Amino acid sequence: MSILVDGNTRLLIQGITGREGSFHAERCAAYGTNVVAGVTPGKGGELFGGTVPVFNSVRAAVGETGANVALIFVPPPFAADAIMESADAGVPLVVCITEGVPVRDSTFVMRYLEGKGTRLIGPNCPGLISPGSKAKIGIMPGDIHTPGKVGVVSRSGTLTYEAVDQLTKAGIGQSTCVGIGGDPVSGTTFVDVLELFNDDPGTEAIVLIGEIGGTKEQQAAAYIKEHVRKPVASLIVGQTAPPGRRMGHAGAVITGEAALASAKVAALQDAGCHIIPTPADIGSTVAAMVG
Amino acid sequence: MKLHEYQAKELLARYGVPVPEAYVASSAAEAVEAAGRLGGRVVVKAQVHAGGRGKAGGVKVASDAADAGRIAGSLIGTTLVTAQTGPQGAPVDRVLVEQTVDIERELYFSVITDGGLRRPVVIVSSAGGMEIEEVARETPERVLTEPIDPAVGLQPFQGRRLAEALELPAGAVRPFVALAEACYKAYMETDASMIEINPLVLTKDGRLLALDAKLSLDDDALFRHADALALRDTGQEDALEVEASEANIAYVKLDGNVGCMVNGAGLAMATMDIVKSAGAEPANFLDVGGGANEEKISTAILLMLSDPSVERVLVNIFGGILRCDIAARGIVDAYGKADRQPALVVRMLGTNADEGKQVLADSGLAIELVDTLREAAEAIAR
Repeated sequence: MSILVDGNTRLLIQGITGREGSFHAERCAAYGTNVVAGVTPGKGGELFGGTVPVFNSVRAAVGETGANVALIFVPPPFAADAIMESADAGVPLVVCITEGVPVRDSTFVMRYLEGKGTRLIGPNCPGLISPGSKAKIGIMPGDIHTPGKVGVVSRSGTLTYEAVDQLTKAGIGQSTCVGIGGDPVSGTTFVDVLELFNDDPGTEAIVLIGEIGGTKEQQAAAYIKEHVRKPVASLIVGQTAPPGRRMGHAGAVITGEAALASAKVAALQDAGCHIIPTPADIGSTVAAMVG
Repeated sequence: MKLHEYQAKELLARYGVPVPEAYVASSAAEAVEAAGRLGGRVVVKAQVHAGGRGKAGGVKVASDAADAGRIAGSLIGTTLVTAQTGPQGAPVDRVLVEQTVDIERELYFSVITDGGLRRPVVIVSSAGGMEIEEVARETPERVLTEPIDPAVGLQPFQGRRLAEALELPAGAVRPFVALAEACYKAYMETDASMIEINPLVLTKDGRLLALDAKLSLDDDALFRHADALALRDTGQEDALEVEASEANIAYVKLDGNVGCMVNGAGLAMATMDIVKSAGAEPANFLDVGGGANEEKISTAILLMLSDPSVERVLVNIFGGILRCDIAARGIVDAYGKADRQPALVVRMLGTNADEGKQVLADSGLAIELVDTLREAAEAIAR
């Protein structure tokens, strides 16, 4: 079992003919994802990889193929447009990988999505993967994952791979791993994913990986305390980051006391989470928790 | 990207925000001339990208034009250390010579984007001239946050609500609403990430003036603001960080001696934390990015090594899009070019990790290869 994506996922890739889009379209398909369509304005009518039809618009792609998830690889100046085009076409789940989308654009996108039935994951995220149903919608290396019952949610890319690798090597499989992205304004939040994991019978425990900046982890802690009945292990990185400096991710800036790693750890501890003491202890902490 | 106070005020003034009359001076003589134009008695303010200038002696009142020249001369060309600059301080290349103002009240005004609400917010407080976070902690009832719907922008009723919370006199309400609208417009049109006016003052004669101003622009939006690039003052930034940003490498200089090179921001922060857990201190944050090639890896390593405080190096690569063998070749290339070869611990995992390790083993360099973060911590602790 899993959340958001599974064997019924019919994937549409926006920017499929670009360098990143084409590389990852092949990787997603090779993992077992059902890639049904691509969209690149002006290249409609082509076939990607000899099998996947390319369309000029999302609306045409959805109409022809029944695509129900969109994965976006278009460059930052055009990412907001791509997200809104998919929402307009009624795609229920949109995953935006693009890094470097201006915050103002993301603000307008989130306003546009209000009242529409579209969930956005990202921007600036690695995507999501449900190993049990061979659905990989993103840029993560597929082979480190193994099917199981632990849900993973994180703001990071490679750190999520690190977490998954430690879990897999500890013999712990994953239901779904979701990277919600490192931008200050983004779609799906920790709370959204926690709610889905909490309701998913295929998920028995949750790993939450956060970082400095913002108050998303505190919101997660409040939700966990109130609603989550499954064990949660959490790691916060950036303990050594100086205040006021952007640590790579646009959202990873300590702008006040709530943005500090220590404030987030305290909130999660108070919510009853199992605190992962250092990034080397992800596998062992979760093993002890679910053991 | 941060702007200087004088740049922020010029920008806000173009949108109609009232600011005190002021002139930029980059020499004592220019300061004398500016003070003369302002009637003699002026405030001389060091222009650096950091707050806390007043306490650090970077803001001084001059009694006459000659005094303004003396103060400017004592500031220009020096390095100002404030609570926010770090011990290395920030160079003062110019000062802002500004008219003095008779202040009735000091207020706080800012526009930022709230990631939780996912929209811009205007924040005001009647406690101006103080750190807003301190005010929010001590007297939260004195801080009002007004979310703005980006579809329609800041509405006049919201401006009136803020003015009421600030208990402004009737005559200052309309000017305040106009100021709030101007700041919001500037915030959106310039892709700002922060506009902070602290203090916003109400003068004895009932006018509102932005006495100080901080403005930061969203780095990710600079591609559509070519004119803003001219406002960048790289002299206020660490030289290595400027070099890194030009190579599209995310690098932040820190105080320790263990250089870290990592792919991915989250993993880079995790690697710094591992160094700390091993009882050492990271010398830097360095995220080489997802799609790095051999040349970029080499550039990143050389950049990191050009920091003389780096005595040991920890490389942590989780191969995904970036193949480990490519990363290994970049490391070997950089160590071949570098004028010194600090002890190197490499952890590689993911795509082509075995090929990468082979490249490192064949290089003849003294490299300690580890497989897990725990082993990396142990190697750094030794």
